[in-house]
Amino acid sequence: MWKRALFAAVAVVLMVAAAYAGFFIAPDEKTMHVLQRIFYFHAATAWAGETAFGVCFLANLLYVWQRKEKWDWLGISAAEVGLACITVVLITGPIWAKPAWGIWWTWDARLTSTFVLWLLYISYLVLRTMIEEPDRRALLSALFGIFAFIDVPIVFGAIRWWRTQHPKPVIMGGPDSGLDPTMKKVFFFSVLALHVLVAFLIAERYRLEKLRAEFAVIRRELEVA
Amino acid sequence: MNSLQSVFAAYVIGWAVFFVFYVSVAVRSSSLRQEIERLKSSLNKGK
Repeated sequence: MWKRALFAAVAVVLMVAAAYAGFFIAPDEKTMHVLQRIFYFHAATAWAGETAFGVCFLANLLYVWQRKEKWDWLGISAAEVGLACITVVLITGPIWAKPAWGIWWTWDARLTSTFVLWLLYISYLVLRTMIEEPDRRALLSALFGIFAFIDVPIVFGAIRWWRTQHPKPVIMGGPDSGLDPTMKKVFFFSVLALHVLVAFLIAERYRLEKLRAEFAVIRRELEVA
Repeated sequence: MNSLQSVFAAYVIGWAVFFVFYVSVAVRSSSLRQEIERLKSSLNKGK
């Protein structure tokens, strides 16, 4: 119990510190000024969400290979947390876009592929509610999860491969890209904070899935008795 | 909405989404734990 409380406390402290750094330590950007500070939360959450979907993808592959229920539990846990992250990205993006571009939304490659990613993982969750038999549900959702992950590299590459309304990458964007050193430190600190939060939420969601399995076993015992 | 309000709104709404997600997991876990305890006691009565 105390380990979970400590994990939660570390995640919250890091998130508060990341918000403080985003508001007060990072310097003002020269064109967008204070508005650019959304970047430290928006982009770091996107990275953490894509990591969660990466964990889901690996868990899905391992389930198909080994058919162990723990991989199914990890897959659904990481998918839900990744979906929460992408929901935050799809909300914070338009909040940034409206004052910066004058529009809330446009169907450019980055925004559209991110919206498709959100829809794909919503479908993953809906699919799981439609199949009663646990092994069949785990296998079909693992196969769908592997397919859904194809969109993650497309989201990553969209602003590199196509001309978009969304800004070009400032990290891993080639020789013309880059960030001020203090901005870079604040950004990577935010990425760390969001990854710790995501790890905590996946662990909590995994415990729920474990409880569901325990519940199913006891209910079967009760039916037999 | 000025720029600072936009930044503040983005952080607050983002944090709220994570908080609601955490609470939904905690509530689901708590009700499941209660249900497991109830089933366990029915199982023990039956033995």
